[in-house]
Amino acid sequence: MRLLIEAIGHWLIDAVAKVGYGARLFGLTFRHSGMAFSRFRLTIAQINFIGNYSLVIIVVSGLFVGFVLGLQGYNTLQRYGSEQALGLLVALSLVRELGPVVTALLFAGRAGTSITAEIGLMKAGEQLSAMEMMAVSPIARVLAPRFWAGVISMPLLAALFSAVGVFGGYIVGVQMIGVDDGAFWSQMQNGVDWKEDVGNGVIKSIVFGIAVTFIAVFEGYDSQPTPEGVSRATTRTVVSSSLAVLFLDFILTALMFSRE
Amino acid sequence: MNRKLTDLWVGLFVVAGFGAILILALKAGNLASFNFSETYQVLAKFDNIGGLKVRAPVKSAGVVVGRVASVGFDDQTYEAVVTLALDRRYAFPKDSSAKILTSGLLGEQYIGLEPGGDTAKLADGGKIKATQSAIVLETLISQFLFSKAAEGKSDSKAPDSGITAPPGFTAPPVIGAPGGADASAGKTNDKSGTKGETKDKK
Repeated sequence: MRLLIEAIGHWLIDAVAKVGYGARLFGLTFRHSGMAFSRFRLTIAQINFIGNYSLVIIVVSGLFVGFVLGLQGYNTLQRYGSEQALGLLVALSLVRELGPVVTALLFAGRAGTSITAEIGLMKAGEQLSAMEMMAVSPIARVLAPRFWAGVISMPLLAALFSAVGVFGGYIVGVQMIGVDDGAFWSQMQNGVDWKEDVGNGVIKSIVFGIAVTFIAVFEGYDSQPTPEGVSRATTRTVVSSSLAVLFLDFILTALMFSRE
Repeated sequence: MNRKLTDLWVGLFVVAGFGAILILALKAGNLASFNFSETYQVLAKFDNIGGLKVRAPVKSAGVVVGRVASVGFDDQTYEAVVTLALDRRYAFPKDSSAKILTSGLLGEQYIGLEPGGDTAKLADGGKIKATQSAIVLETLISQFLFSKAAEGKSDSKAPDSGITAPPGFTAPPVIGAPGGADASAGKTNDKSGTKGETKDKK
């Protein structure tokens, strides 16, 4: 019994300490991000690694999500005789929700894990300690470029996802099922506001980018420097960044779209 | 060389990403049709705005000429105060009237602006005096039921008239009377006229 209480207390203290460490590291990453911009090449290399290499999975997923939205939306809408609104349904659901959220989840799986594993292995190989020995801050040299690369890549990937998804919905809805071409686009343009919907979607994806990339960087930096520790850190990255994305999505949606 | 290639790929990626945002704003969103032209604000007071929302379109002759800028409540007159932002390109006579209409049977509500005949135009901060509230379905149904009940009572007084429909909906055909031959002609008459006709018949 005493052991159980001790274990719970231990776990709780560890969790709170980790949150505190995370917050401190978040501040440190911002303070040390001078090098990520003054030596922008470091960040560019990371954007190439994080953004470009995620492109295939994002584009293909976007296309298929668009296909499915087109099919499902058509089935539901034609029951009410309003299949003309298919374009609106596809575009709104992609731009507001699916684009940022699905991209962030895929991004956590594709890029977040690799960031965590890379930093974790650097730590296990004592590369980070070596950097510190040479008076190079690993936060400035390793963490910050990756963080900013993720923050920059994420909204661009989400926008690509949504755009490709709209195109996928167009292929299924207009080309295959035969919804009217003009109505598809005009209803979409009537219903989607560039500031309220597209702009808020971009803001969402930036917030998700910050959350996912920071969790990935933090888990890598905080991992136990052993193979097992790195594997655990990678798992934690996926779990906690997915949960963070869904939680933040709820909060942001409540803030952005709850008026009326 | 390798560096150049990386730069190229990142450049392509960034361009593609911004291109996607632009496509979403222009092709999927309304940035293209969003006019940055100046608007002028006009006030209109309604007894009941129904489900009218901010940013609902203001249409005249079916063309969008503005948007609802804000919806407020006046606690002096207990009326809804709707501010309309109208496009500067379009000027409307001072005695124009505003109606709250519904697009389709269950569609969204919008404001229909009907131009009047005044030579003076509505200015910024002007007021539309003639307004017509939204049609609330419940009120309509209860009106119909009450008028039907009233009709039922008058029917019991004069049992020889077998038609129970209220006068506003289907006018009973009056043989020999001009214009009473079809229902639509009966509808165009005002209520008292139709009633008079039926009384004459009784």
